[in-house]
Amino acid sequence: MSASLEKGINALKEQVDSSVAAFFSSCVHCGMCADACLFYTETGGPERTPINKTEPLRRIWKSEYTLFGRIGKLFGLTKPVTDELLADWETLVYDSCTLCGRCSMVCPVGNDIAAMIRKTREGMAAAGHAPDGLIGATKRAVTIGSPMGVKFPALQAQIKHVENDTGMTIPVDVVGADYMLLLSSMEIMNFPEFIEAVAKIFDKAGVTWTISSEAFEATNSGIQIGVSDIAAELVQRIVDAAEKLKVKTVISPECGHAYMAIRWDGPNLVGKPFDFKVRHILEVLDEFRKDGRLKTTGKESQRLTYHDPCQISRRGGVIDEPRNLLNMIADDFVEMPDAGKMNWCCGAGGGVSSNERANEIRLKVFQRKKDQLDEIKPDAIVSACSNCRIHLEDGLEEYHMEIPLLSLTETLAEHLAD
Amino acid sequence: MTEIDFLNWVRGPGFQIATIIFVAGVLIRIFEIILLGRKANLAEAKGSEMSSGLRTIVTRSVPQADSFKRSTFTIVTGYIFHIGLFVTIFLYAPHILLIKDIVGISWPALPTPVVDAFAVISIISLLAILIHRFSNKVLHYLTNFEDLLVWFVTIAPLVTGYIAFHRIGFTAPTLLGIHILSVEILMIVFPFTKLMHAFTLFMARWYNGAISGYRGVES
Repeated sequence: MSASLEKGINALKEQVDSSVAAFFSSCVHCGMCADACLFYTETGGPERTPINKTEPLRRIWKSEYTLFGRIGKLFGLTKPVTDELLADWETLVYDSCTLCGRCSMVCPVGNDIAAMIRKTREGMAAAGHAPDGLIGATKRAVTIGSPMGVKFPALQAQIKHVENDTGMTIPVDVVGADYMLLLSSMEIMNFPEFIEAVAKIFDKAGVTWTISSEAFEATNSGIQIGVSDIAAELVQRIVDAAEKLKVKTVISPECGHAYMAIRWDGPNLVGKPFDFKVRHILEVLDEFRKDGRLKTTGKESQRLTYHDPCQISRRGGVIDEPRNLLNMIADDFVEMPDAGKMNWCCGAGGGVSSNERANEIRLKVFQRKKDQLDEIKPDAIVSACSNCRIHLEDGLEEYHMEIPLLSLTETLAEHLAD
Repeated sequence: MTEIDFLNWVRGPGFQIATIIFVAGVLIRIFEIILLGRKANLAEAKGSEMSSGLRTIVTRSVPQADSFKRSTFTIVTGYIFHIGLFVTIFLYAPHILLIKDIVGISWPALPTPVVDAFAVISIISLLAILIHRFSNKVLHYLTNFEDLLVWFVTIAPLVTGYIAFHRIGFTAPTLLGIHILSVEILMIVFPFTKLMHAFTLFMARWYNGAISGYRGVES
């Protein structure tokens, strides 16, 4: 057995717990998860059935953690995990899954299949079977501090622009602020308007906030590629900065997996509860709304819909907040079919967008989003994840649809009451 | 061996062997799952694991609207044969008498013709499920030997029970003996296969609901 395969197998072993064992014990091969997965419904490839993507992890569970499987192994009846299997499964686990979790919502026996695929990635990555794009992004995240290679001076330059445009000061490294804002590289490079929007809203709300020069990156490539050690290191940077600046709440920006990484996986990765709270920007804004700190004026007359980012809605629990907020500023709001916790993924989350090899398939499966949009014909789509936003724009262009994408935070800022 | 010897054997030693394998096997499978344990979640909770888990055990029996639309055949046939199995196993008068003999509790039975109808419907739906397994490309891809074995040991008691009840082909003791034997094969295969889902799905659904509910989402 090669050293890398052994690492992969050990990583898979570490992933098996009572939930995984209960899940694998319960699968009846009914195939319903396939019907919930856009990578199956839009391609028709049966190998893309979600539960099938977990095969490497299943073999480890069976051969190492079940008595009958272990006995079977003695007689060569239990299938082993091999390098060939992992090589064959790489495109299924990384290119054909965004960890969107729709399968986990429909499985009749209750398997959290997305969580099982996420765990399978740990073994794949350890064995060296992760996509080059994700490996590159992860390396940049560790060495430079951002998957896109964005360093603090680049953020500083964007902050300067915002300050010049607005005449406001963007607080950096302010000790004792109420909130510490994280940003995704995508926001820093492509959507600096987000920083401006937060500055305006927080100023009106009368709360203090800051950006940390040491830990401003919210995204976590370790989560996407499936290397917990790296994911933990990236989370630790944020924890250190939040503790140094003594902030009460860390804000995860408009990015799906970043929220999963810092809000739900973070404390488990670093092995201790946080001393501060973690909230998604939409949760913070909705709290402002409830407290009367967020007041808007005027309404969007165009027909708006909301695209639920999977890691924020279905996997994250932030479902009502965006609707409460949109209600303040939308005159003609319309839900897509299956909106909310059953919304369909844009097709590029979970590291798919960082993996160039998956470019073709992510645009192919966008057909599902197109069908959803065709049913309601919105004038604009509001969302709360830069990655969804970039990919939705990409997909709309590919399918010759002209629907603008809006950030919810930015749209709210445009309607701030004086 | 006369047919009476055969019937006595399946009712006596055969049944004991099957029961021991079934009970011990199921207990081993359940304990080896529970004993693996699971790390406590250190993130600040948005909902209760316990109540969300319990809720999902119940609510997962009702398919999501879109899921029902896309997996209609699987869901409808699945429901039919599960209900049929429940009725034929637990609401047939002779079965209730047997259970009363063993564990001492009993409940009212359904009229025999009704149970008979359920048996026929279950057999038809299981046949349809087998055809679907080969005609649907996802199911065809997923299907392995275990799926076919489980299908066979599940339909066998229904078919042998139906034949025994209608006294087709052989004399009553032989038919009854074959029926009991088919149930014993089901019991022996049970702990080694996906039939275990009858027990473990409660755990799986609980974990699913707990994981999701902790984050404030009903799953």
